[in-house]
Amino acid sequence: MDWIPQIFRRRKFNEDLSEEIRLHIEERTEQLMREGMSAEEATRAARRAFGNRTLLEERSREVWQWPTLESIGADLRFAARQLRRSPGFAVIAIATLALAIGANAVVFGVLNALILRPLNVPQSESLFLIQHGRDVASHSYPDYLDLRQRNRSFDDVAVFAISQSGMDTGKDPSNAWEYETSGNYLDVLRIQPYLGRFFHASDEHGPNSAPYVVLTYAYWHTHFQDDRTVVGRVVRLNRHPFTILGVAPPGFQGTVLFFAPDIFVPIVNHEQLSGDKMILNARASRWIFEMVGRLKPGVTPAQATADLNSVDSYLKKSYPKDESNGAYTLARPGLHGDYLNGPTRAFLTGLMLLSGLILLAACANLGSLFAARAADRSREVALRLALGSSRNRILRQLFTESVLLSLAGGIAGLVASILLLRRLSVWQPFPRYPLHVPVSPDANVYLVALVLALVSGVLFGIVPVRQILRANPYEIVKAGSTGAFGRRITARDVLLVVQIAICAVLVTSSMVAVLGLMRSMRSNFGFEPRNAMLVDTDLTTAGYSGERVPAMQRRMIDAIQAIPGVDSVGSVNYPPLEPPGSWQGTVYTDTTTDMSPSNAAADPYWYNVTPDYFRASGTSLLAGRAFTWHDDTDAPRVAVVNREFASKILGSVPDAVGRYFKLRDGTRVRVVGLVEDGKYVTLTEGQKPAMFFPLLQSPASWTWLVVRSSRDPQQLAAAMRSVLRGIDPGLVLEIRPWSAELGGTLFPSRMATVSLGVLGMMGAMLSITGIFGMAAYSVSKRLKELGIRMALGAQRKEVLQAALGRAFKLLAIGSAAGLVLGILAGGVLASIVYQATPRDPVVLVGVVLAMVVLGLLATWIPAQRALSVNPLILLRED
Amino acid sequence: MPVVNRAMTETNSRDLFPGALEMMILESLRRQPAHGYALVQHIQQRSNNLLQVEEGSLYPALQRLLKARLVKAEWGLSSTNRRVRTYQITATGLRRLEQQISSFERMFEGISLVLNPGKATTN
Repeated sequence: MDWIPQIFRRRKFNEDLSEEIRLHIEERTEQLMREGMSAEEATRAARRAFGNRTLLEERSREVWQWPTLESIGADLRFAARQLRRSPGFAVIAIATLALAIGANAVVFGVLNALILRPLNVPQSESLFLIQHGRDVASHSYPDYLDLRQRNRSFDDVAVFAISQSGMDTGKDPSNAWEYETSGNYLDVLRIQPYLGRFFHASDEHGPNSAPYVVLTYAYWHTHFQDDRTVVGRVVRLNRHPFTILGVAPPGFQGTVLFFAPDIFVPIVNHEQLSGDKMILNARASRWIFEMVGRLKPGVTPAQATADLNSVDSYLKKSYPKDESNGAYTLARPGLHGDYLNGPTRAFLTGLMLLSGLILLAACANLGSLFAARAADRSREVALRLALGSSRNRILRQLFTESVLLSLAGGIAGLVASILLLRRLSVWQPFPRYPLHVPVSPDANVYLVALVLALVSGVLFGIVPVRQILRANPYEIVKAGSTGAFGRRITARDVLLVVQIAICAVLVTSSMVAVLGLMRSMRSNFGFEPRNAMLVDTDLTTAGYSGERVPAMQRRMIDAIQAIPGVDSVGSVNYPPLEPPGSWQGTVYTDTTTDMSPSNAAADPYWYNVTPDYFRASGTSLLAGRAFTWHDDTDAPRVAVVNREFASKILGSVPDAVGRYFKLRDGTRVRVVGLVEDGKYVTLTEGQKPAMFFPLLQSPASWTWLVVRSSRDPQQLAAAMRSVLRGIDPGLVLEIRPWSAELGGTLFPSRMATVSLGVLGMMGAMLSITGIFGMAAYSVSKRLKELGIRMALGAQRKEVLQAALGRAFKLLAIGSAAGLVLGILAGGVLASIVYQATPRDPVVLVGVVLAMVVLGLLATWIPAQRALSVNPLILLRED
Repeated sequence: MPVVNRAMTETNSRDLFPGALEMMILESLRRQPAHGYALVQHIQQRSNNLLQVEEGSLYPALQRLLKARLVKAEWGLSSTNRRVRTYQITATGLRRLEQQISSFERMFEGISLVLNPGKATTN
């Protein structure tokens, strides 16, 4: 192995060898001269006698085996030079590969983070989610206590529920999302505190006995500014004092991957946190979000499941009325059990396959581009073969070029995908909920990207191999590169047509989606979200109850009305189009006497509003009147309904005002006003009935203020905050512009548009490279023929037609097929994207235009080349 | 027509069997250390010009011998004051040479017996 240090001395070695050979030839020359030859003859004879000097030098070097390294280095330098000389090709190839590999890396990153990576708790293999039936969130607290006590297969079992409370740290009370957990939750997960300590099962002594809070690291960072003195501080949750015990380690956010809570509190204090006294003891109330358990060592999941089901049968026997059917099953924690696990897995696998296909198609396209380049260099290849190179060497050089391209593309794609994944990690699609997809990339993603880059480099480098292996250098040098250019339909043609068709479909769909989205933004919601702000207030979190609630609500409305620039203020228990949905109530016609569910007239949406609500929300009053502050508990029950309600339940729209309908409990309600129809839950729903009740007659403590004003939202929010805090500093407020709030509802259609746009761009990229490859290949193969045509007097148009005719024909076929498919698929889109219709002439024109531009872009460079052919030079080369 | 297409690794009737060249180089060096040109002269003279060795093909063989440490090389001046790289056989080389010669002679005897069954050869 002592050739290793020789590597560093190989330059000297090479020089020595060259010198030795030179001296040898010199000696032979001198000998021949002594024998009587002239100097010139002697030199020639000496060289002939020696043999092929270059080859022999190479073989001598080969003995030491580092020529392989040297030649790889030479290959790399050569490949880099070649690529610099044709920057267009290099840019297209790298861009294509970057997109394709980047897409694969992103999808794999998500797959890795959500499915492949284990939960970041110690010994996560023994942690399991306990489901009842297929439903994850279906446990009651008494059931949990029994299960914990009676099972024999778990070291310990813990539960948690998710809720929101008003957190007052002394300044700016706000809503905090919390995990209400059993005392042993953090211990079952075997997490260690970052600061301070956690609460334990031993801290629980009965209801409301453990007023402790553990902060998450992120919340501690944003709301307490990394202040290490928080341990022991007392804060107020819904006005009740809680002590901060410690901070959880960074990166830990519970066992649900996509939800990020702010704090952990003991579930035994549930009454203080929600006002509900009963639910902890209600065996039939299934409100617990998740139950997790740590398996005893040596126990298999199957044994544990059997054990749990035996406890279940005991419980069913003891409490037959409260228990529900369904057996216990185990699942992996992280994605809320089988609820999301299956669909997520299926979706991501499908996406992974799709991006794999995109990469393959990109490689196929680049392969034909590559083949075109190789065809251009056939002369060079022939010369090298003639000079003694082996075919392997030439192939190796070709692969070096393709792998270099693919590595460059892979690195670019990887960088882009990392940026995208990081952005995705912090993106919250619904402003109100702390939901996100934690997909920060790790080493697996890098590895996968690297492997994909290498594989694709080899894949598209292989394409010109056959033609190089069969090349006969003698013929090529003599006759130039001519190849049979048949009129057959090759597999490559079919592939290209398929790609173009898919691209056309995607372009059609994304146009449809974009147009639909634009229209839905401008359509009629039944309210006007522009120039309106929403203020989310929950008075129970500020400690209000009973009679104090309506009084406070009135005060808040009056205070905000007094702010300059405010046009009107109304209050509603839950705004329309706010996810997850709206309340509904059963109503009966006035003539119904038996209030059984089968006699119900409808289940309209139900809103409790204050008098000025319709004005503040921009809902048009079509007839009758809105509410007044006199429609209170002493006055007769009244309601305002929409047109759909009037036509469906009251039977007629024009004289709806003054008619009556009945509620479930038999109350007669008089209709005093008629408002326009609108959208209440999703943008794509049909006409639905809705009814509005005065807040004073149907009170609610959790209400949203709707404030109409054309003032700048930032300033208005600050003014409202200070005014409301002036009334009560402990009020928990969330202030957002209504149009921003609608982001959650528009999420599906926005998602569809973005995804289609991205896929459309990829389709376009593939089509461009495919057409470019085909056009470049055909031009380079027929260069001589084109030259002859031009010499014989062909016009530019004829030359272009000869060179690019086939490519454009394929483009036309693919586009037509894609357009038809896209129109057919429009039906699917219409169900997701509001007001999306593919038969819009704008769409048709747009797609045709897009495909034409695509074709022109792709064939620009080959066309230039075809037209700039100089027949003289070409023909003279032979 | 120049023989450009024939790969150098193919054998034809004019090539020696693999290892023959190395064997002859070692034997020559055993007699006397020499440089490349002198070795070629030596081999051609000693074989009565029956063996036509392409001069340059010596060099890869010399490198193989160097790598296997059967010879060692040194720059110096020749008797005619030329700068030359002189090769010298090593102890390992001597041993290898003896092994090669004896196996070559066995092979040669075997072939002779097959071709001329009655004729006995001297050892």
